[in-house]
Amino acid sequence: MRDFDYIRPASIPDAIAAAAEPGSAYLAGGTNLLDLMKGGVTSPQRIVDISRLPELNRIERLEDGGLRIGALVRNADLAHDAAFAKAYPMVAEALLSGASAQLRNAATVGGNLLQRTRCSYFYDTASACNKRVSGAGCAALGGENRLHAVLGWSDACIATHPSDFCVPLVALDAVVEIEGKQGRRHVTLAEFHLLPGETPQRENALEPGDLIVAVRLPAEAASFAANARYLKVRERTSYAFALVSAAAALVVDGGKIRAARLALGGVAAKPWRARAAEAMLLGADANEATFASAADAALADASPSGDNAFKIELARRIVVRALTSAQAGTPERLPALPASPFSNIPGARHDA
Amino acid sequence: MTVHNIRVGQSKRGDASDGTLAEAIGGRLSRVDGPAKITGAAKYAVEQQLEGLVHAVLVESTIASGKVRVIDAAAAEAAPGVLQVLTPDTIISLKTAADWFGTPPPDKPYCPLARDITFSGQHVAAVVAETFEQAVAAAALVKVSYDETPSIVDLSDGKAGDGIPIDAMTKEWGDASTAFASAPVRICAAYNTPREYQAPMEPHGLVARWEGDHLTVWEPSQWLDGMARTYAEWFGIPFGNVRLVSPYIGGGFGSKALALSHGAVAACAARMLRRPVKLVMTRPQTFTGYGGRAATRQTVTIGADRDGVIQSIVHRGVNETSMDGMWVEPLGSVTSIMYATPNFSSKQNVVRVNSVVPGAMRAPGENPSAFGIESAIDELAYEVGIDPLEIRLRNYAEQDPHAKKAWSTRQLREAFAAGAERFGWARRSPEPRSMRDGNQLIGWGVAAGTYPVRRAYGEAVVRILADGSVEVESSSIDMGQGTYTILAQTAAETVGVPADNVVVKLGDSRFPRAGVTGGSRLAGVMTGAVYKAATSALDQLVGLAISDPRSPFHALQANTLVVANGRIASPRGDGPDVSIAELLNSVGRDHIEAKGDTMPANSTAEDRYKNYTTIAMSVPHTEGDYSRHSWCAHFIEVRVDEDFGTVRVSRVVSALDSGRLYNPKLAESQWKGGIIMGIGQALLEEGIVDRRHGRIVNDNLADYLVPTNADIPDIEVISVGIPDLHASVLGGKGVGELAIVGIAPAIANAVFHATGKRIRDLPITLEKLI
Ligand SMILES: Cc1cc2nc3c(=O)[nH]c(=O)nc-3n(C[C@H](O)[C@H](O)[C@H](O)COP(=O)(O)OP(=O)(O)OC[C@H]3O[C@@H](n4cnc5c(N)ncnc54)[C@H](O)[C@@H]3O)c2cc1C
Ligand code: SF4
Repeated sequence: MRDFDYIRPASIPDAIAAAAEPGSAYLAGGTNLLDLMKGGVTSPQRIVDISRLPELNRIERLEDGGLRIGALVRNADLAHDAAFAKAYPMVAEALLSGASAQLRNAATVGGNLLQRTRCSYFYDTASACNKRVSGAGCAALGGENRLHAVLGWSDACIATHPSDFCVPLVALDAVVEIEGKQGRRHVTLAEFHLLPGETPQRENALEPGDLIVAVRLPAEAASFAANARYLKVRERTSYAFALVSAAAALVVDGGKIRAARLALGGVAAKPWRARAAEAMLLGADANEATFASAADAALADASPSGDNAFKIELARRIVVRALTSAQAGTPERLPALPASPFSNIPGARHDA
Repeated sequence: MTVHNIRVGQSKRGDASDGTLAEAIGGRLSRVDGPAKITGAAKYAVEQQLEGLVHAVLVESTIASGKVRVIDAAAAEAAPGVLQVLTPDTIISLKTAADWFGTPPPDKPYCPLARDITFSGQHVAAVVAETFEQAVAAAALVKVSYDETPSIVDLSDGKAGDGIPIDAMTKEWGDASTAFASAPVRICAAYNTPREYQAPMEPHGLVARWEGDHLTVWEPSQWLDGMARTYAEWFGIPFGNVRLVSPYIGGGFGSKALALSHGAVAACAARMLRRPVKLVMTRPQTFTGYGGRAATRQTVTIGADRDGVIQSIVHRGVNETSMDGMWVEPLGSVTSIMYATPNFSSKQNVVRVNSVVPGAMRAPGENPSAFGIESAIDELAYEVGIDPLEIRLRNYAEQDPHAKKAWSTRQLREAFAAGAERFGWARRSPEPRSMRDGNQLIGWGVAAGTYPVRRAYGEAVVRILADGSVEVESSSIDMGQGTYTILAQTAAETVGVPADNVVVKLGDSRFPRAGVTGGSRLAGVMTGAVYKAATSALDQLVGLAISDPRSPFHALQANTLVVANGRIASPRGDGPDVSIAELLNSVGRDHIEAKGDTMPANSTAEDRYKNYTTIAMSVPHTEGDYSRHSWCAHFIEVRVDEDFGTVRVSRVVSALDSGRLYNPKLAESQWKGGIIMGIGQALLEEGIVDRRHGRIVNDNLADYLVPTNADIPDIEVISVGIPDLHASVLGGKGVGELAIVGIAPAIANAVFHATGKRIRDLPITLEKLI
């Protein structure tokens, strides 16, 4: 780890001023940033510790029926907030399916949105990586890329965004509240993360110094509470990133789908909102055939970026399962193995 | 320097549910080192805080094959806090040490930093600085340029070839190929296992300190005396000048038995700088700093009659080794003994690839071997339409088919019976894909496992101290398997004191010696040595009691005295009754000391040195009239999500024969640990190698997956062993490695029963099932 300056600003404006200097990085829970620094993957010269800033760790109900979640709210605190979990059950389930209990206790809302890819070559400083060193090349292309993207990738980068949390959020039209040198602005989560194109080093809409202060959920997001599910296929039951995941939320009335939300995780450089599939679902009968065509629509543009064609089929199947589970109704209690296809096994323990 | 004194009394006692006193041999005493570990009081080797300690960080090759052209260390040398950059040119020269068999080494220098690169991740330089952070930062500044040459990254590489035949592995009897050709039922399949890693929680590392020509090394070690010998030979100093200290080990699984090149680098740096040096591998470095389990390929052909009775087995195996080292993973070890067959042939090759030399990992040989034969017999069972358990009984080997000797004990039939009963095997529906619960297919599988009884010799000192307490010393180690605890139980029972009053000291090469802790041999060896030492200490005590004129028992017959619960009395209770402390006090002795060992009578000093510092004197498990092995049978239920191909192990019942158990509680937890590791091997673990550069892609614990609690169901283990006095002094057979053997095939067999898909390549990842 290189030497760096450590700054603990007293206010949001101070933080923004400090972080606007080149080579700066905000420190929130540190669960991603510090790992990257120890591995020499990133070497900021200045760390701006926002973890003790006041005001950013509140969950507020807005007058219009929406919700505002402060950027420093811990992943665990949010998931275990009873009112939150009741209104947005698939978000709580997604949070609890991520990382481990210890990490969730430390990880923050803002940090979760901004966590970097888990592409192994990004972590291996001896390998070429366009994200780490712009123009260096992409070692994952033609390398070991079983876990990489099947949607929205480019020849410059085939990495995925690893967040679980972001998947139901993007489905629910979440908005990121950003404060920067120019003041406050709102960016939808769907537009917040960027696809790689020719510039994979640019991952999101933030400018130098920009601070995420909150994530907002619009009033409508709570209307799906009765029929919402997040499912995650991973290689081990806990403490593993998604191979593919899906958040599905429905409003069903008399067998007809009145509203539908669908997003995929683990498939692209951003949480992937499946709008074409949503359009197909709207007004259709809620049954397996509809779900299967929605899955086809969601993956219509998918293509393997390497040895990962199986992820496309897996993604189709998880879309069908997530929609089927959403239709069946949000479980009364959060399953012991959150988001797991095995969550129904008797005696399955939630030791994650 | 303090040695870690572990008192039994600090720990909660185990229960005594089977009626045995927890503290006696065979009792369920809880781990005596548990509280120290849980509270953080246990100080591990690299936690030594020494005056003037400095830190070394390794620089590793980024290519798999070629030569180092230039190492540019200028920037690193100029970095803050840097004391030295070691390269092949600047590091002091060492001598080549003998291998673990003690084979005299070639008379040429040894350099732990490589100029010739044979794998990615090889140590090429090291930076020493005042602080760890300074050393890490400077290590990133070392620029190494290479002349790269083509590499062979793994067994699947087209250039890998057929490899080198290892004639010593050939096992043949009868006429296997003719018998196979004429058999009415024939099975032929290929089974592969990938590179796997021990992944102990505690990474490898050490603190090295020189005082004149004396070297002290604090290093987690499965073999103090073997590693001390290697350090001594490298530096050309007497064996006695090296002291190795390893009070606790945070997991080894075979990976911590040898002194490795990073140890040499740290000891060189300490010598060159005249300061103590600490070097700890990063987690990624642990994937190339030493070898995991070699990748293997096997073909198993079985010829049988229509009743499933085996006529012939032909087995061919290959394992990878490095370009300049030789590792043979004995793939025919289980194949040749599990089933009775009149005709048999097994041969093995090794293939050189650009990797670190593979090493020992829990049940080397037996583990992949069982994956082959225990999958193949399952395939045969379906082929002939016989229950997989029944076919195993039909081909039960009544004696060792290879050595043609009687088993010392083989409770495998009992294991099958007990496991099947508990599991409810009789209710199994025979057809694949016939059991289902919603989206999940359910499958039941069975497989057997075995591990040979490896034996060697050990010594121990037992002291009875003035306060009546007992002290045990040995250079053997406890890496979590329970040595501290079972040696306390052995000494307590043998001398006749409460286990609270026994202090066991391990993990210091100044203590009486022990051979390698590997091959599941230590418990058998060391309980034997402690038993002998304790018996002779007791004899001395009783001798003093009756011979010393100051003793209240003076002139009584020895056989009239009883020592129990720390007191000496005559059995009829009609004479004096005094504590051990009072007796020692009355005869004016401050302690009694006895050394015990299990070496053959009239062993020379040279024999002893050889025994403790090499593995050349291991006793073959087929020595004499018997063939000695542990045995087990695993019954496993899996659930497979049909859409996603994800496999979950939902039930495990294993019945195991490890002979007599010195402490059932500890044996059970070792068995469960082996089963859990086997679940990881079956479903998760695989070192992924980049085909272009030979780099290990998933060289960390986020990407190299080992099971979590949520992956593991309740596991039921049943002991079916009986004391086996041909195996060890007190009747135990191996415990630590047995239970992993057979888990992967039991799971693969259950997956076949669930899905109708036979997976012959580990691990069973979801894309193989969708
Ligand atoms: C072993 C492991 C397993 C994991 N498994 C999962 C998983 O299964 N699913 C999953 O979703 N996640 C997983 N994670 C990732 C985890 O969720 C993230 O590390 C965590 O959410 C990051 O939050 P943090 O507060 O610690 O961020 P930090 O590490 O503090 O910051 C991360 C990045 O965000 C920036 N940042 C932080 N807050 C702000 C802000 N308010 N404004 C602007 N920039 C900011 C930082 O500068 C930094 O670049 C795992 C992590 C680990 C280490
Ligand atoms: S996929 Fe992206 S992150 Fe991975 S190596 Fe290529 S450029 Fe880097």
